[in-house]
Amino acid sequence: MRPMTMEKRRALGEGARDGIPIAMGYFAVAFSLGIAGRNAGLTPLQGFVISVLNHASAGEYAGITAIANLAPYWELALTIFITNARYLLMSCALSQKFAPESSLWHRIGVGFGITDEIFGVTMARPGVVEPRYTYGAMLVSIPSWAAGTALGIVAGNILPLRAVSALSVALYGMFLAIIIPPAKRDRVVGALVMLSFLCSLALGRAADAFRLDWLTGGAQVILLTLLLAGGAAWLFPVKEEGGEDCGG
Amino acid sequence: MGGNVYIYIAVMSLVSFAVRVLPLTLIRGQIKSRFIRSFLFYVPYVTLAVMTFPAIVEATQVPLAGALALAVGVVLAWKGAGLFPVAAACCLVVFFAESLPL
Repeated sequence: MRPMTMEKRRALGEGARDGIPIAMGYFAVAFSLGIAGRNAGLTPLQGFVISVLNHASAGEYAGITAIANLAPYWELALTIFITNARYLLMSCALSQKFAPESSLWHRIGVGFGITDEIFGVTMARPGVVEPRYTYGAMLVSIPSWAAGTALGIVAGNILPLRAVSALSVALYGMFLAIIIPPAKRDRVVGALVMLSFLCSLALGRAADAFRLDWLTGGAQVILLTLLLAGGAAWLFPVKEEGGEDCGG
Repeated sequence: MGGNVYIYIAVMSLVSFAVRVLPLTLIRGQIKSRFIRSFLFYVPYVTLAVMTFPAIVEATQVPLAGALALAVGVVLAWKGAGLFPVAAACCLVVFFAESLPL
């Protein structure tokens, strides 16, 4: 290995610094994910491995729910694809910000690190993507995410029921923090979020009322996403913008 | 087919990896289809919204506590609070709401 230059080392350090607040948030949220994992019967090591490899709040939550329901493998694959589909767009946006000469390994390394937060700090840096900056943020935040998950699985039963109940809404709070600001900026997204809430409630009730056992929570997410996002794309196609991202 | 936890973990991780890495390694230009781009743009909002409600109300021991957490979370997120503050506030709201002698 060649020694790192000063700039590369500085990028790594700055990434690690920016990863600290991300790591703090991740720990608390991953803890409640661990509680869900515990209910699905996962061991702490399994939770740790899932979190290192997936590091995706919504995707892991949907995946753990599917595991708890003993869903078919194809349903799990489709659920993960759909809940993580936003990473497709982020990956696409990042590809436009990469220096053309950057290696395949850096593309794989940075791509593997994509989360809402790591994508955010990476894109916020001026100029082309510095892979080592992203690696710095990943090295600090992903272990925290994985440790939080494992600890949630271990400690879920030591905590009093009220504390578990309180922590179980952390993920939903985080989802709100992701979807509400764009819903405020964009009226179509705002209406779509409201419609999604209503359809989710209605479909869940319908599945219970008519005893549609095949219509699991995961299947409801897939069905509503295809219908509502497809409908919105058909009725309100996103404006064409000349430039650096691919529609995101 | 389903039921083996290690196959579940492998399936999850492979799909997560592919979703993140494939566009970055394969697509060098812009996606051409306006419909697909629009669809992908709307996907996260629908998915996360569907997963959040009514689940947030059903996750707590007292449904009212979950409903309060939803309201507080929406207001804080609307005002631009980040992931951690919103998540923490929702937890605190549920903790205190469920502590009240109702």
